[in-house]
Amino acid sequence: MNRIHLSKLSLALLAALPLAGQAAGVSDGVVKVGVLTDMTGAYSDLAGPGSVAAAQMAAEDFGGKVLGKPIVVISADHQNKPDVASNVARRWFDEEQVDVVADLVSSSTALAVMPVAAAKKRITLLSGPGSDPITGDRCTPYNVHYTYDTYSMAHGTGSAVVQQGGKSWFFITADYVFGRTLEEDTASVVRAAGGKVLGAVRAPFPTADFSSYLLQAQSSGAQIVGLANAGADTVNSIKQAHEFGLTPKQSLAGLLVFISDIHSLGLEAAQGLYLTTAFYWDRDDESRKWSQRFYARTKKMPTMVHAGVYSEVMHYLQAVKAAGTDDADAVMKKMRETPVNDFFAKNARIGPDGLLRHDMYLARVKAPKDSKKPWDYYQILKTIPPDQAFPPLSASKCPLVKK
Amino acid sequence: MTQALFGQLLVGLINGSFYALLSLGLAIIFGLLDVVNFAHGAQYMLGAYLAWMGLTWLGIGYWVALFAAPAAVGILGMAVERLLLRRLRGLDNLYGLLLTFGLALAVEGLFRQGFGISGNSYPVPAQLTGAKNLGFMVLPIYRAWVVVASLVVCFSSWLVIEKTRLGAYLRAGTENPRMLQAFGVNVPLMFTVTYGFGAALAAFAGVMAAPVYQVTPTMGSQVIIVVFAVVVIGGMGSILGAIVTGLGLGLLEGAAKFFWPEISGTVVFIAMALVLLLRPAGLFGRQR
Repeated sequence: MNRIHLSKLSLALLAALPLAGQAAGVSDGVVKVGVLTDMTGAYSDLAGPGSVAAAQMAAEDFGGKVLGKPIVVISADHQNKPDVASNVARRWFDEEQVDVVADLVSSSTALAVMPVAAAKKRITLLSGPGSDPITGDRCTPYNVHYTYDTYSMAHGTGSAVVQQGGKSWFFITADYVFGRTLEEDTASVVRAAGGKVLGAVRAPFPTADFSSYLLQAQSSGAQIVGLANAGADTVNSIKQAHEFGLTPKQSLAGLLVFISDIHSLGLEAAQGLYLTTAFYWDRDDESRKWSQRFYARTKKMPTMVHAGVYSEVMHYLQAVKAAGTDDADAVMKKMRETPVNDFFAKNARIGPDGLLRHDMYLARVKAPKDSKKPWDYYQILKTIPPDQAFPPLSASKCPLVKK
Repeated sequence: MTQALFGQLLVGLINGSFYALLSLGLAIIFGLLDVVNFAHGAQYMLGAYLAWMGLTWLGIGYWVALFAAPAAVGILGMAVERLLLRRLRGLDNLYGLLLTFGLALAVEGLFRQGFGISGNSYPVPAQLTGAKNLGFMVLPIYRAWVVVASLVVCFSSWLVIEKTRLGAYLRAGTENPRMLQAFGVNVPLMFTVTYGFGAALAAFAGVMAAPVYQVTPTMGSQVIIVVFAVVVIGGMGSILGAIVTGLGLGLLEGAAKFFWPEISGTVVFIAMALVLLLRPAGLFGRQR
C-alpha cells in the first residue's frame, strides 16, 4: 500500500514539475510563430508564401529549438480582410498556443490584430504593412514595426531625390487615403528640401490605363514624376510611362515599390526608376549569402518584407532565449534592450513606439545593359540613416512614448 | 488647354476601341445564345497569357500570337459551349451567368496559383515600338495600331453579321432558333461556333492588350465590369450598339479624365444609370 502511495505521490510531483517551470520557461511546451499574411491576393508576391519560408528559415537556423522546446511555424491566409485576420489571430491565441504573429501585410489587418494580441499579451511582429498610425496613435506595447513605414518611403525618396538634383515634381496619386497621405508627405518633404511641386492628378483606384495621367505629367514638364500608388497601379503606370516616352526625359520615383514589382515589369520598362528600400539582396556579402539561401528555397530573390520577417523572427527567438521565457513582457523588454545586428539591419533599436529605426537605401533601377546577372536590378545610390529615414520619437503620437 | 483636351480625347478613343472590341464578343454571344458570358474577362486574360507563354516558352512572336491565341481560346470556348453551356439551354439565363462566372473564378484562381499576382511583362513588338510627337501629344505607335486593328475587326464583324448569308442565319437564330432549325440549319453547331467566335474576340483583345497593360491573372476581372456597362448601355445583344457605345464611352471617360479625374472611374456607371432610366433597353436595343 505504502509503496503504491509513494509512487502516486512521486507521479504527482513529476506532473507538477513542468507546471512549476512554466512561469519562467516556455508556456505550453512550444514556441509557436504564426505567419499571418496574404497568400493569394494582391500582396502575395511581396509577402505571402515568401514570408512563411523566411520564418521557417529563421526557426531552422535557430536550431529548431529554444530553451529546449521546439519552435513551430504555422501560417494562414488573411485575404487582406481585417475581420478574417482578427478571427484567425483570436483562434491562434485561444486554441493553438501561438506566441507571436509575424508579417501582417496590409495595414488594415495589422491594425485589427494588434489590439487583440495586446489584450492577450502576445507579440505582433509587422513586416509587410506601412501605415503610420501603427506606431502612432494606435501603437501597442506588444508590437514591433520592423521593415518600413510610409514616412520612410516618402522621406527617403522625397529628400534623397531632391538632393540628387530632381527639383521639380508632379504626382500621379491613387485616389484613396493611402495614396493621398503618401502624396502629401512626399510633397512636404520635397518642398522642405528645396524642391517644387508643379501639380498632381488623382487617378481612381484601381486604374489599368494611365495614359491620360501620364500625358498630364508629361506636359507639366516636371523632372520627377512621383507615383503615389502601389501594386498593379504602380506597375501599369511605370510600363505605360515607358510606352509614352516619358522616361528617360523625365524620371519616375516610386513611393512604394518592391523588387517583385521590378522583376515582373522587367528592366526595359523600369529602368531609371528611383525608389527607397529597406533591403536589397545584392548590397553586401551578408545580404547576398542569406538571399541566395532564400532563392534556393523559393526560386525568387527576397523582397524587403521577406528579409524583415526572417530578421524579426530571429530577433524574437534570441530574445526568448536571453529572457529564459516566452512571457511577452519579458521578451519585449529583451527585444528593446538588444540592438538588431544582422544582414538586415546594423545597430538598429526598437523604440518605445514599437518602430525599428534602421538604415534605408535610395536605389535606382539599372538599365538592361548594366544588369550583369539575374535579379541584378538596383544600384544603391545612398544610405539613408535612421534619423532621416524614420520619424523622430519627439514627434510621435504614440501614447506609450514618454516626453 | 484645347490641345491637352484633344490629347485626352484621342487617348479616350484608344480605350474606347478596346471597350468596343471586348463588348462586341459579349454582345454577339448574348444576342444569339442568350448567355451573359461572365467568362469573357477570363478569356481576355487567357489570350494575353497565351501570347506571353508563346513568347517566353516557345519564342512565338506577337504576330503569330495575334492569330494563334484567339484560335486556341476559341476552340476552348467551343468545348465549354458544347460540354457545359448547352446543358443549360432552356433554363433561366441566370444559370449561364453563374456557370460562366464560376468558370472565370476558377481560371483566375489557377493562374494566380501558377503565375503569382504581380503578373508578367509583354514587350511591344519591335515593328511598333516608339512614339510619335503629334504636337499636342505623344502618341505611342502601338496605340495607333490598337485603334486601327480594333476598328477593322469590329466593322468587319458587323459587316459579316449584317450583310452576309451567314450573318442572316445568325440574326434569324437570335429571333427564332426553332424556326431556323426547321429550315434545315444546324442551329446547335451555329451556337457552338458563335460562342467560340465570341471567346476568340476576347482573346484577340487580350493579345492586343498584352504589350500595353501588365499581363496579370486579374486583368480580366478588372475590365469586365466596364465592358458589361458598355453592353448594357448599347443595348444587350446589339452589335452596332456595342461598337458605338464602346467608342463613345471611351471618349466620355477621356473627357472626364481631363476635367475631373477623380470621377473618371465612375462616369461610365453614371451614364449607365441614366440610360437605364430613360431607355431601359439601351441606346440601340429593342424591347423584348
